[in-house]
Parts: sequence; structure tokens; C-alpha cells
Amino acid sequence: MAENVKEKAILTTKDVRLFYGKKEALHGINLDFPETGITALIGPSGSGKSTYLRSINRMHDFTDYVKVTGEFNYNGQNIYDPNTDLTQLRKNIGMVFQQPNPFPFSIYENVAFGLKLDNKLSKIELDERVETALKQAAIWDDVKDRLQQSALGLSGGQQQRIAIARALATRPDILLLDEPTSALDPISSRAVEDGLVEIGDKYSIIIVTHNMQQAKRISDRTAFFMDGNLIEVDSTKNIFLYPKEKETEDYVSGKFG
Amino acid sequence: MINSKITNKVAISFIRILAGIVVLILAFLVGYILIKGLPYVSWHFLTSPSKSVSAGGGISGQLFNSIYLLVLSLLISLPIALGAAIYLNEYAPKNKFVSTLRNSIEVLSSLPSVVVGLFGFMFFVLKFGFGFSILSGAIALTFFNLPILTSSIENSLAAVPNLQREAGVALGISKWETIIHVIIPAALPSIVTGIVLASGRILGEAAALIFTAGQSSPVLNWTNLNPFSSTSPLNPMRPAETLAVHIWKINSEATIPDAVQISAASSAVLLILVFVFNLIARRLGNVIFKKMTAGGK
Ligand SMILES: Nc1ncnc2c1ncn2[C@@H]1O[C@H](COP(=O)(O)OP(=O)(O)OP(=O)(O)O)[C@@H](O)[C@H]1O
Ligand SMILES: [Mg+2]
Repeated sequence: MAENVKEKAILTTKDVRLFYGKKEALHGINLDFPETGITALIGPSGSGKSTYLRSINRMHDFTDYVKVTGEFNYNGQNIYDPNTDLTQLRKNIGMVFQQPNPFPFSIYENVAFGLKLDNKLSKIELDERVETALKQAAIWDDVKDRLQQSALGLSGGQQQRIAIARALATRPDILLLDEPTSALDPISSRAVEDGLVEIGDKYSIIIVTHNMQQAKRISDRTAFFMDGNLIEVDSTKNIFLYPKEKETEDYVSGKFG
Repeated sequence: MINSKITNKVAISFIRILAGIVVLILAFLVGYILIKGLPYVSWHFLTSPSKSVSAGGGISGQLFNSIYLLVLSLLISLPIALGAAIYLNEYAPKNKFVSTLRNSIEVLSSLPSVVVGLFGFMFFVLKFGFGFSILSGAIALTFFNLPILTSSIENSLAAVPNLQREAGVALGISKWETIIHVIIPAALPSIVTGIVLASGRILGEAAALIFTAGQSSPVLNWTNLNPFSSTSPLNPMRPAETLAVHIWKINSEATIPDAVQISAASSAVLLILVFVFNLIARRLGNVIFKKMTAGGK
């Protein structure tokens, strides 16, 4: 296996296998993530990137025919322990989806939503957290004068950055993003990317992307998936310039996928 | 190219004409009822009791009964329908039993109201001894209403994209909280539409009520608010003729000389009532939406 994380890992996964019914979709993935920095997951369609990503914050729990095995260790805690507090886990490991999906509320309420329900925050603290999250997601300047307007009225790119702010507001350690820019135009995509790069030194960011240029632009490490296997993980530079595996080379040079 | 453009134009004009016909029929109907009825509607007409043989009666009792029955039956059926719809759409396993249940509810929602009325008559009026009463009427209306409301609310919930559920859960919010604070608010406009439609049917319902709430309206004392007193408008055990039943009765019995005017005026009032209720429901929907999305505190 190619090099894994040398510095302290915030998340380690070992021998992850996932079954959709009888079909094994992940065949033993070993992958670690550092405390900060952006890791890109790339690979052809159907290679298991989303499946793997969603296993990290236990989004498969709702699909009863899915079975997950292997070790998931987050900050010394076993994610799949039956006693895991899922609410806390998902506040610590935020997720942003492919389609922008703001709640039908105001911009402010969207970002404050995850905070309001169980934290006893004062209005001032809440305002502060919302503002910080919006700033981190690089959307504050766009929306600061219309926080009370519906988030549904924003453009797709703005909605996606609201979704990032929403996830950041609960102060996660890890942010999972599944092709967050694939539904956006290039300019909006860039805005989202810039936001991610800006926060990359404070969070551990894991992003699934089909866009090689994007992976090159923003990620520190890249992991290449194929057919439910992790083929190779290395610094982004090495993956794109000096891949060790033949499959990786073929994929990044555009020979297939 | 040109051909497809022409077909397109023809199709659009055709659809426009059809839509226009619908609007025209509707405008004609509403206009006709209002023009025929409104001249006889006066403050006196709305606030005085009906007369059974002489002219010049009003509809105060019937108007009140219609609204009272509507509110009562909604109070009973709405919570049940909401709960059932949430269970069916969000929690129920996808198996034979549940899909049979869902189908039965849809069949029930097209049950003829006469059947519901006779059923209510046999069970609540006779067997349980509620007599012709607001209570019997409200229960019959609930039977009539429940399946319609449940399926319409369930459809409203089902129309909220799954992404919203995932987004809530991914934020560390429990499934139940996600339903309460995200899914129901997102579905609220369409739920309100369902309630308004169901209420329109309740307000216009006569067949189910003739056999249950009865066709008479006792003399009411508007200052008597003790629900156990027989002259109190709030007493659930008194018979209560609604506006729709009143219209039906004066037209079929015609014991009053001004039956034509009174039924025209009552129809106009009924129409306006439905319209006003519609407005109120939507306002209320907005208020509830604001409350629910303000974050659960
Ligand atoms: N809900 C499901 N039920 C059954 N099989 C599934 C389900 N979701 C995904 N799969 C299968 O698991 C494999 C991995 O899918 P996954 O969605 O993780 O791929 P991906 O790498 O994210 O692909 P893409 O780039 O197209 O998003 C595929 O073979 C897919 O058909
Ligand atoms: Mg995917």
C-alpha cells in the first residue's frame, strides 16, 4: 500500500468492506486522514467513492440492506460502536451533498439550524457562529445584507456555499463533500473551491470529485478508487505526475473513466 | 424545423383555449351564484334565525353550525391524519401490509358521502344514542375526511425530496426533529392546500350530515356559552342544520315563500365562506411555517 498519513491522523479506516445486500461494493479499504488538509477521492463512476464517503458518517444506517464491516476510528473513538452518539458524530463530521439542498428557510435559519436545536446558545453567540461559518464558506459578503431572505432564492453556487456554512456552523473536525461542484457552473465552482482552500488548514476535508483539474488545484492528497478498491493514495503531485500504479496512470492521463 | 414550430404553436393555443374554457366556466359559476344571491344578503339575513313557514328568515344558526362543525371535525381529523401520514411516509416499512393499508385509505377517500351518513346514522345517532347532534355530525365528517386528509398529507410529505431528509440527518439532527423542523415545513404549503380542499368539501357536504347532524336548528341563545345547556350554540349534543343542508332542505320542502331568494343568498354566503376559510388557512399556514422554522424553541 502506498503511503498513508505520517502526521497524526484524525480518522483511520481499516479493511472497510461494504455490502449492498449480497453484493460487496467496497473490498477492504485502508485509508487515513490527517487533522488538516484536503484529500480528494477520485476514480471512475461506480468505483465506490460515494459509498465509502457515506460510510464515514454512517449515512448508510438508513438503508437496511447495507452492511458495513471494518474499523473506523475517529479521534480514538469507534464510529460503528453501538453506543456512538450519532447526533454528536454527525456534528463532528459534517457532510455536503452533490445537489445544493438548502432548507426552505431564511439564509440565517439555514446556517443556525444545526446549532439551535440542542445547543443553548444566546442570540449573540448564535449570530457570531452564523457569521463565522458564512465567512469561512466565502459567502458572507454575498448574503450579509439579506440574511433573513429565503435561501431558496440564491444561485446554485451560493446555495452550495450555504450548505458548507451550515455544516461548518456545528464546528466539525471533518468535512465530507460528495462532488459538491458538479451541479455548478465554472465560476460558482471556483468560488466554492476557493472557500474550501481557505479552510483547508483548519479542517480535515475529504472531497469526492470527477474533475481532475479541481483535484489538482485544491487537494493536498489524492486517493484513487477503482471497482471498490483503493488503488493508490499519495500526495496529489505524486498521483498526477508520478503514479506508482498502472491503473492510476491510465486514469489520470485520461485513458479511461 | 418550421413544422415543429407550427405544431408547437398549435398545441400551445389549444392548451390555452382549454385553460380559458375552464376559467370561463368557473367565472360564470361564481359570478352567477354571487349575482343571484348577494342582493339578498344583508346583515339582518346573516344574524337572524331561520323561519320555517313565513318569509324574511335568516341563516345565523346555519352559518354558525357550518363553521362549528368544520372546526370540530378538523380538530378531530387533522391530528390523526397528520400522525398517520407521517407514519406511512416516514416510518412504515415497505411491505405488503402497509401498501394494502395505503390502498384502503385511498379507496375510503372516494367513499360516497351518503354511505358515510347512513353509517353515522346507524352507529352514532342510533346505536350510541348521540341522536341528531353536532357530535354525530362531526364524527361522520371525520370518517369522511380522514382518508382524504391522510392521503393528501402523505402525498405532500412524499413530494419533499429525500435530499432534505439526508441534509437534516447529516447535520446531526434526529430523524424525528428533521421531520418536524424540515420536512413538515417544506410540505406545509401543499398540506394547507389539502386541508383547504378537504374543508371545502366539508362546508359543502349535505348528504353525510342530513342523517347525522340533522335538519333542524333549535333556537339558540348566543350569550349562553355553557356547552351543556340545550340552548347554547356550543352544545355538541344539539341538532345542527348546516348551510349546505339548509339549502337542500328549503329547496326540497319549500315551506317558506321566499325559498328561492334564501337559497340563492345562502349559496352566495357558502361560497364566500369557503373563500374566506381558504384565506385564513393560508395565513395560518404562513404563521405556523415561521414558528416551526424558527428552530424549535
Ligand atoms: N443503494 C445502492 N444499492 C445497491 N447498490 C448500490 C447502491 N448505491 C451504489 N451501489 C453500487 O455500489 C457501487 C459503488 O457506487 P458509488 O455510488 O459508491 O460509486 P461512485 O464512485 O460514487 O460513482 P459516481 O462517480 O458515479 O458517483 C456501484 O456498483 C453501484 O452500482
Ligand atoms: Mg458518487
